[in-house]
Amino acid sequence: MSAHTEVAEHVNGATTKAFVNVWFALLFMTGVEVFLAYEQIPVLIFLTALVGLSVIKAALIIAYFMHLKFEKLSLFLTLFPMLILCIMLMLLMFMPDSSRLMMMRPR
Amino acid sequence: MSQVNTAPLASVWDGGRSPYAVNSKKFGMWLFIISDALTFSALLMAYTYVRLATPNWPTPFHFSPSIIFSTVMTFCLLSSSLTMVMGVHAMNHGNRKAAVGWILATICGGLAFVGLHLTEWLNLIRNEHVTPFDNPWGVPLFGGTFFALTGLHMTHVIIGVIYLGIIAFAVGRGKFKAEDVEVSGLYWHFVDLVWMFIFPLVYLMSAKI
Repeated sequence: MSAHTEVAEHVNGATTKAFVNVWFALLFMTGVEVFLAYEQIPVLIFLTALVGLSVIKAALIIAYFMHLKFEKLSLFLTLFPMLILCIMLMLLMFMPDSSRLMMMRPR
Repeated sequence: MSQVNTAPLASVWDGGRSPYAVNSKKFGMWLFIISDALTFSALLMAYTYVRLATPNWPTPFHFSPSIIFSTVMTFCLLSSSLTMVMGVHAMNHGNRKAAVGWILATICGGLAFVGLHLTEWLNLIRNEHVTPFDNPWGVPLFGGTFFALTGLHMTHVIIGVIYLGIIAFAVGRGKFKAEDVEVSGLYWHFVDLVWMFIFPLVYLMSAKI
């Protein structure tokens, strides 16, 4: 009974091949991050690439490893817009002031 | 007429059914993860804030051993996430023995991460003389924010290893259901996810900036 329930409840979801592909993608993006850290590229491009790759990696982990891609949309809409809004509110408080402090540095 | 209109509205939100189509344990873990994500967001922003505000922010993370160690640690966590998801997959298909094997592999990945992280900490403390309250560069906030951020994350990893140990033991004895393994997997993947932000912010940004 329990074994049947365990199997029946999870008919949807990614295959093991998809999990391995996501793992390779995550490793590749980590390698790119380390590579960029030692390349002579402008700081702004470097930072943008780091933030972008980190967000993509987080999205892949949430979507495939944490199975959110296969859950109902209502679960995503309940959890993530609120999280993003709260992070935006924190950024509103922190970032303008930290930028001001950076500009006030002695040169 | 009114019956015709209310019938479609008697949906999942009308009670008696789960509107999210997930069990309560899984939903509870998601709520915990969201709240914990806000905690780590605040810590990451605090680290960024004090770093931007400090002109002589120290960058003691040399390629060897710090960047090499942290890259291997990232590999350990990513690989342990893969083994965890394989464990959940095996459990979903009723294969308890394989699930236990995958969860034990996940625990090994977590222990490797903790071991490497402690080695990295000891390197900073012994060779660079960095403590949570002092360092040779006269920027005590560096040690405070670094050890708080990475320490809280390592605490999560250690708790995750203990959690997975309990799950593996119980699953091996024929207890717990697939959903319990899946919930523990959610926690483990979250720990992995947080490191995807700590690694570039703390380590890689010290290599260039």
